[in-house]
Amino acid sequence: MRPEPRLIEVRKNVLKRNDVIARSLRDCFRAAGVFVVSLVSSPGSGKTAILEKTLTLLRANYQVAALVGDLATENDALRLARSQAPVKQITTGTLCHLEAAMVRSALEEWDLNQLDFLFIENVGNLVCPSSYDLGEDLRLVLISVTEGEDKPLKYPTIFHSADVAVVTKVDLAAAVEFSWETAYDNIQSVRPGMPVLQLSAKTGEGMEKYLALLTTRLAELRQAAAV
Amino acid sequence: MHELSIAMSIVELAEEEAERRGVQVNAVHLKLGALSGVVKEALLSCYEMACEGTPLQGSRLLVEDVSVVIFCPGCQAQRPLSSLQLFCCSECGTPCSEIVQGKELEVVALEIQECVPNPV
Repeated sequence: MRPEPRLIEVRKNVLKRNDVIARSLRDCFRAAGVFVVSLVSSPGSGKTAILEKTLTLLRANYQVAALVGDLATENDALRLARSQAPVKQITTGTLCHLEAAMVRSALEEWDLNQLDFLFIENVGNLVCPSSYDLGEDLRLVLISVTEGEDKPLKYPTIFHSADVAVVTKVDLAAAVEFSWETAYDNIQSVRPGMPVLQLSAKTGEGMEKYLALLTTRLAELRQAAAV
Repeated sequence: MHELSIAMSIVELAEEEAERRGVQVNAVHLKLGALSGVVKEALLSCYEMACEGTPLQGSRLLVEDVSVVIFCPGCQAQRPLSSLQLFCCSECGTPCSEIVQGKELEVVALEIQECVPNPV
Protein backbone atom coordinates (compact mmCIF):
# COMPACT_ATOMS: atom_id res chain seq x y z
CA MET A 1 0.00 0.00 0.00
CA ARG A 2 1.30 3.44 -0.90
CA PRO A 3 1.78 5.77 2.04
CA GLU A 4 -0.48 8.83 2.34
CA PRO A 5 0.80 12.00 0.67
CA ARG A 6 2.15 14.56 3.10
CA LEU A 7 3.32 18.14 3.02
CA ILE A 8 6.92 19.16 3.56
CA GLU A 9 8.00 22.73 4.06
CA VAL A 10 10.54 24.13 1.59
CA ARG A 11 10.43 27.95 1.67
CA LYS A 12 12.76 28.74 -1.20
CA ASN A 13 12.77 31.76 -3.45
CA VAL A 14 12.20 30.62 -7.03
CA LEU A 15 14.78 33.08 -8.31
CA LYS A 16 17.36 32.08 -5.72
CA ARG A 17 19.84 30.97 -8.35
CA ASN A 18 19.69 34.35 -10.10
CA ASP A 19 19.84 36.20 -6.79
CA VAL A 20 22.93 34.28 -5.70
CA ILE A 21 24.74 35.13 -8.95
CA ALA A 22 23.59 38.76 -8.70
CA ARG A 23 24.97 38.96 -5.18
CA SER A 24 28.34 37.59 -6.24
CA LEU A 25 28.40 40.03 -9.18
CA ARG A 26 27.67 42.88 -6.77
CA ASP A 27 30.59 41.74 -4.61
CA CYS A 28 32.88 41.74 -7.69
CA PHE A 29 31.68 45.22 -8.66
CA ARG A 30 32.29 46.46 -5.11
CA ALA A 31 35.78 44.96 -5.03
CA ALA A 32 36.65 46.55 -8.38
CA GLY A 33 35.15 49.93 -7.40
CA VAL A 34 32.95 50.09 -10.48
CA PHE A 35 29.50 51.71 -10.35
CA VAL A 36 26.95 49.68 -12.29
CA VAL A 37 23.84 51.20 -13.82
CA SER A 38 21.14 49.26 -15.64
CA LEU A 39 18.48 50.67 -17.94
CA VAL A 40 15.01 49.20 -18.42
CA SER A 41 12.17 50.48 -20.58
CA SER A 42 9.73 49.42 -23.25
CA PRO A 43 11.15 49.06 -26.79
CA GLY A 44 11.81 52.40 -28.43
CA SER A 45 11.99 54.56 -25.30
CA GLY A 46 15.46 55.75 -26.14
CA LYS A 47 17.69 53.58 -23.94
CA THR A 48 20.34 53.28 -26.62
CA ALA A 49 20.28 56.99 -27.49
CA ILE A 50 20.66 57.98 -23.83
CA LEU A 51 23.37 55.41 -23.35
CA GLU A 52 25.32 56.54 -26.42
CA LYS A 53 25.25 60.10 -25.12
CA THR A 54 26.15 58.97 -21.59
CA LEU A 55 29.15 56.95 -22.75
CA THR A 56 30.39 59.76 -24.98
CA LEU A 57 30.14 62.41 -22.26
CA LEU A 58 31.51 60.32 -19.39
CA ARG A 59 34.39 58.99 -21.49
CA ALA A 60 36.15 62.34 -21.20
CA ASN A 61 36.85 61.77 -17.50
CA TYR A 62 35.99 58.18 -16.71
CA GLN A 63 36.55 54.65 -17.91
CA VAL A 64 33.19 53.43 -19.11
CA ALA A 65 31.84 50.28 -20.74
CA ALA A 66 28.46 48.85 -21.64
CA LEU A 67 26.66 45.56 -22.03
CA VAL A 68 23.61 45.62 -24.20
CA GLY A 69 20.89 43.00 -24.32
CA ASP A 70 18.97 42.50 -27.51
CA LEU A 71 16.73 39.73 -28.80
CA ALA A 72 18.35 39.24 -32.16
CA THR A 73 20.31 42.08 -33.68
CA GLU A 74 23.61 43.74 -32.94
CA ASN A 75 22.32 47.15 -34.02
CA ASP A 76 22.39 48.63 -30.53
CA ALA A 77 25.98 47.50 -29.90
CA LEU A 78 27.02 49.02 -33.23
CA ARG A 79 25.34 52.30 -32.32
CA LEU A 80 26.98 52.36 -28.91
CA ALA A 81 30.39 51.52 -30.37
CA ARG A 82 30.33 54.98 -31.96
CA SER A 83 31.01 56.33 -28.48
CA GLN A 84 34.41 54.54 -28.66
CA ALA A 85 33.72 52.87 -25.32
CA PRO A 86 34.02 49.08 -25.01
CA VAL A 87 30.61 47.58 -25.75
CA LYS A 88 29.48 44.00 -25.73
CA GLN A 89 26.25 42.61 -27.06
CA ILE A 90 24.29 39.95 -25.18
CA THR A 91 21.96 38.34 -27.69
CA THR A 92 19.18 36.75 -25.71
CA GLY A 93 17.50 34.91 -28.58
CA THR A 94 13.86 34.63 -27.63
CA LEU A 95 14.42 35.48 -23.98
CA CYS A 96 12.72 38.73 -23.07
CA HIS A 97 15.05 39.86 -20.27
CA LEU A 98 18.61 39.67 -19.03
CA GLU A 99 19.56 37.37 -16.17
CA ALA A 100 22.52 37.67 -13.83
CA ALA A 101 24.25 34.63 -15.36
CA MET A 102 24.26 36.32 -18.79
CA VAL A 103 25.88 39.40 -17.33
CA ARG A 104 28.46 37.25 -15.57
CA SER A 105 29.48 35.38 -18.72
CA ALA A 106 29.52 38.56 -20.81
CA LEU A 107 31.95 40.10 -18.32
CA GLU A 108 34.38 37.16 -18.31
CA GLU A 109 36.96 38.76 -20.56
CA TRP A 110 36.78 42.23 -19.08
CA ASP A 111 38.95 43.54 -16.30
CA LEU A 112 36.47 45.34 -14.04
CA ASN A 113 39.33 47.01 -12.17
CA GLN A 114 39.92 49.18 -15.21
CA LEU A 115 36.39 50.58 -15.12
CA ASP A 116 34.63 53.42 -13.33
CA PHE A 117 31.17 52.85 -14.81
CA LEU A 118 29.52 49.83 -16.31
CA PHE A 119 26.14 50.26 -18.00
CA ILE A 120 23.77 47.39 -18.70
CA GLU A 121 21.01 47.99 -21.23
CA ASN A 122 18.25 45.45 -20.70
CA VAL A 123 16.02 44.07 -23.44
CA GLY A 124 13.17 46.47 -24.24
CA ASN A 125 10.42 45.18 -21.97
CA LEU A 126 8.58 46.72 -19.03
CA VAL A 127 7.45 43.45 -17.49
CA CYS A 128 9.97 40.63 -17.33
CA PRO A 129 13.18 42.44 -16.31
CA SER A 130 11.52 43.46 -13.04
CA SER A 131 11.99 40.00 -11.52
CA TYR A 132 15.73 39.73 -12.17
CA ASP A 133 18.43 41.34 -10.09
CA LEU A 134 21.56 41.89 -12.22
CA GLY A 135 23.80 43.02 -9.37
CA GLU A 136 23.55 46.65 -10.44
CA ASP A 137 23.89 49.60 -8.04
CA LEU A 138 21.31 51.74 -9.75
CA ARG A 139 18.40 50.76 -11.97
CA LEU A 140 16.89 53.41 -14.21
CA VAL A 141 13.43 52.95 -15.66
CA LEU A 142 12.90 55.06 -18.78
CA ILE A 143 9.62 56.27 -20.24
CA SER A 144 9.54 58.49 -23.29
CA VAL A 145 7.10 61.35 -23.75
CA THR A 146 5.77 59.65 -26.90
CA GLU A 147 4.50 56.70 -24.83
CA GLY A 148 2.08 58.82 -22.84
CA GLU A 149 1.84 59.66 -19.16
CA ASP A 150 0.13 56.50 -17.98
CA LYS A 151 2.96 53.98 -18.38
CA PRO A 152 3.65 53.98 -14.61
CA LEU A 153 0.02 53.07 -13.87
CA LYS A 154 0.13 50.22 -16.38
CA TYR A 155 3.44 48.79 -15.20
CA PRO A 156 3.74 49.53 -11.46
CA THR A 157 5.94 46.49 -10.80
CA ILE A 158 8.88 47.69 -12.89
CA PHE A 159 8.76 51.05 -11.08
CA HIS A 160 9.15 49.16 -7.82
CA SER A 161 12.18 47.29 -9.12
CA ALA A 162 13.92 50.52 -10.23
CA ASP A 163 15.58 53.33 -8.26
CA VAL A 164 15.16 56.34 -10.50
CA ALA A 165 12.63 57.11 -13.25
CA VAL A 166 13.80 58.98 -16.34
CA VAL A 167 11.43 60.70 -18.74
CA THR A 168 13.15 60.68 -22.15
CA LYS A 169 12.72 62.54 -25.46
CA VAL A 170 11.52 65.63 -23.61
CA ASP A 171 12.36 67.69 -26.73
CA LEU A 172 9.22 66.12 -28.24
CA ALA A 173 6.97 66.86 -25.23
CA ALA A 174 5.13 69.81 -26.79
CA ALA A 175 4.58 68.03 -30.11
CA VAL A 176 2.86 65.08 -28.42
CA GLU A 177 1.13 67.23 -25.76
CA PHE A 178 2.87 65.37 -22.99
CA SER A 179 2.02 66.57 -19.51
CA TRP A 180 5.03 66.42 -17.21
CA GLU A 181 2.83 67.05 -14.16
CA THR A 182 0.56 64.10 -14.95
CA ALA A 183 3.51 61.79 -15.61
CA TYR A 184 5.21 62.90 -12.41
CA ASP A 185 2.01 62.40 -10.39
CA ASN A 186 1.53 58.93 -11.89
CA ILE A 187 5.06 57.91 -10.97
CA GLN A 188 4.59 59.23 -7.43
CA SER A 189 1.26 57.44 -7.20
CA VAL A 190 2.77 53.99 -7.88
CA ARG A 191 6.07 54.69 -6.11
CA PRO A 192 5.92 57.57 -3.64
CA GLY A 193 9.23 59.40 -3.30
CA MET A 194 10.80 58.03 -6.49
CA PRO A 195 13.30 60.50 -7.98
CA VAL A 196 12.39 61.51 -11.54
CA LEU A 197 14.69 63.04 -14.15
CA GLN A 198 13.89 64.62 -17.50
CA LEU A 199 16.24 63.97 -20.40
CA SER A 200 16.72 64.63 -24.07
CA ALA A 201 19.56 62.77 -25.76
CA LYS A 202 19.00 64.99 -28.77
CA THR A 203 19.24 68.45 -27.21
CA GLY A 204 21.19 67.45 -24.11
CA GLU A 205 18.49 68.83 -21.82
CA GLY A 206 18.78 67.38 -18.33
CA MET A 207 22.06 65.59 -19.09
CA GLU A 208 24.03 67.65 -16.62
CA LYS A 209 21.82 66.79 -13.65
CA TYR A 210 21.69 63.14 -14.70
CA LEU A 211 25.47 62.83 -15.09
CA ALA A 212 25.96 64.60 -11.77
CA LEU A 213 23.78 61.95 -10.14
CA LEU A 214 25.96 59.18 -11.60
CA THR A 215 29.29 60.76 -10.70
CA THR A 216 28.12 61.62 -7.19
CA ARG A 217 27.01 58.04 -6.65
CA LEU A 218 30.38 56.76 -7.90
CA ALA A 219 32.21 59.10 -5.51
CA GLU A 220 29.99 57.96 -2.62
CA LEU A 221 30.66 54.34 -3.43
CA ARG A 222 34.42 54.87 -3.51
CA GLN A 223 34.28 56.87 -0.29
CA ALA A 224 32.33 54.09 1.44
CA ALA A 225 34.88 51.55 0.20
CA ALA A 226 37.78 53.63 1.51
CA VAL A 227 36.39 53.81 5.06
CA MET B 1 6.57 36.70 -21.09
CA HIS B 2 9.06 35.10 -18.73
CA GLU B 3 6.65 32.70 -17.05
CA LEU B 4 8.16 29.69 -18.81
CA SER B 5 11.60 30.33 -17.36
CA ILE B 6 10.00 30.93 -13.96
CA ALA B 7 8.08 27.65 -14.30
CA MET B 8 11.29 25.84 -15.23
CA SER B 9 13.02 27.28 -12.16
CA ILE B 10 10.14 26.03 -9.99
CA VAL B 11 10.37 22.53 -11.49
CA GLU B 12 14.15 22.50 -11.09
CA LEU B 13 13.91 23.60 -7.47
CA ALA B 14 11.23 21.02 -6.63
CA GLU B 15 13.14 18.30 -8.47
CA GLU B 16 16.32 18.97 -6.48
CA GLU B 17 14.37 18.97 -3.23
CA ALA B 18 12.59 15.71 -4.13
CA GLU B 19 15.78 13.99 -5.18
CA ARG B 20 17.54 15.03 -2.00
CA ARG B 21 14.77 13.58 0.14
CA GLY B 22 14.05 10.58 -2.04
CA VAL B 23 10.40 11.43 -2.49
CA GLN B 24 7.96 11.91 -5.32
CA VAL B 25 6.21 15.26 -5.72
CA ASN B 26 2.44 15.38 -6.21
CA ALA B 27 2.05 19.12 -5.92
CA VAL B 28 4.08 22.28 -5.48
CA HIS B 29 2.73 25.04 -3.23
CA LEU B 30 3.77 28.49 -4.41
CA LYS B 31 3.31 31.93 -2.90
CA LEU B 32 2.86 34.53 -5.61
CA GLY B 33 2.90 38.22 -4.74
CA ALA B 34 0.87 40.76 -6.69
CA LEU B 35 4.14 42.65 -7.26
CA SER B 36 6.20 39.61 -8.26
CA GLY B 37 5.90 40.51 -11.93
CA VAL B 38 4.55 37.05 -12.73
CA VAL B 39 1.10 36.37 -14.17
CA LYS B 40 -0.60 33.42 -12.48
CA GLU B 41 -2.57 32.16 -15.48
CA ALA B 42 0.49 32.22 -17.74
CA LEU B 43 2.55 30.51 -15.07
CA LEU B 44 0.01 27.71 -14.63
CA SER B 45 -0.04 26.88 -18.31
CA CYS B 46 3.75 27.05 -18.52
CA TYR B 47 4.11 24.79 -15.50
CA GLU B 48 2.62 21.81 -17.29
CA MET B 49 5.04 22.36 -20.18
CA ALA B 50 8.00 22.74 -17.84
CA CYS B 51 7.15 19.47 -16.07
CA GLU B 52 7.09 17.40 -19.24
CA GLY B 53 9.79 14.76 -19.28
CA THR B 54 10.82 15.46 -15.68
CA PRO B 55 10.04 13.48 -12.51
CA LEU B 56 7.45 16.19 -11.79
CA GLN B 57 5.35 15.32 -14.80
CA GLY B 58 1.71 15.09 -13.74
CA SER B 59 2.24 17.16 -10.60
CA ARG B 60 0.10 20.19 -9.79
CA LEU B 61 1.06 23.77 -9.08
CA LEU B 62 -1.02 25.29 -6.29
CA VAL B 63 -0.72 29.05 -6.21
CA GLU B 64 -1.51 31.14 -3.17
CA ASP B 65 -2.00 34.78 -4.18
CA VAL B 66 -0.30 37.23 -1.86
CA SER B 67 -1.76 40.72 -1.83
CA VAL B 68 0.34 43.81 -1.22
CA VAL B 69 0.72 45.12 2.34
CA ILE B 70 2.42 48.46 2.92
CA PHE B 71 3.71 50.20 5.99
CA CYS B 72 2.19 53.60 6.69
CA PRO B 73 4.68 56.00 8.27
CA GLY B 74 1.78 58.22 9.39
CA CYS B 75 -0.17 55.53 11.25
CA GLN B 76 2.97 53.52 12.09
CA ALA B 77 0.99 50.47 11.01
CA GLN B 78 0.75 47.92 8.24
CA ARG B 79 -2.10 48.47 5.80
CA PRO B 80 -3.46 46.47 2.89
CA LEU B 81 -2.98 48.21 -0.45
CA SER B 82 -6.25 48.85 -2.24
CA SER B 83 -4.79 49.49 -5.70
CA LEU B 84 -1.43 48.81 -7.35
CA GLN B 85 -1.83 52.20 -9.02
CA LEU B 86 -2.09 54.08 -5.76
CA PHE B 87 0.48 53.43 -3.06
CA CYS B 88 -1.09 55.22 -0.14
CA CYS B 89 -2.54 54.35 3.25
CA SER B 90 -6.14 53.11 3.11
CA GLU B 91 -6.85 54.87 6.44
CA CYS B 92 -5.10 58.24 6.36
CA GLY B 93 -4.08 58.65 2.71
CA THR B 94 -0.35 59.10 3.40
CA PRO B 95 1.81 58.01 0.43
CA CYS B 96 3.60 54.76 1.35
CA SER B 97 6.54 53.24 -0.46
CA GLU B 98 7.58 50.61 2.05
CA ILE B 99 6.36 47.21 0.93
CA VAL B 100 5.83 44.65 3.68
CA GLN B 101 4.57 41.85 1.46
CA GLY B 102 3.56 41.31 -2.14
CA LYS B 103 6.84 40.58 -3.92
CA GLU B 104 6.83 36.86 -3.04
CA LEU B 105 7.79 34.26 -5.61
CA GLU B 106 8.47 31.38 -3.30
CA VAL B 107 8.06 27.63 -3.20
CA VAL B 108 6.67 27.15 0.30
CA ALA B 109 5.95 23.45 0.40
CA LEU B 110 5.84 20.23 -1.56
CA GLU B 111 3.08 17.68 -1.35
CA ILE B 112 4.98 14.44 -1.50
CA GLN B 113 4.68 10.69 -1.58
CA GLU B 114 7.46 8.56 -0.16
CA CYS B 115 9.12 6.48 -2.88
CA VAL B 116 8.62 2.87 -1.89
CA PRO B 117 9.65 -0.02 -4.04
CA ASN B 118 6.60 -1.72 -5.56
CA PRO B 119 5.93 -5.11 -3.98
CA VAL B 120 6.65 -7.86 -6.46
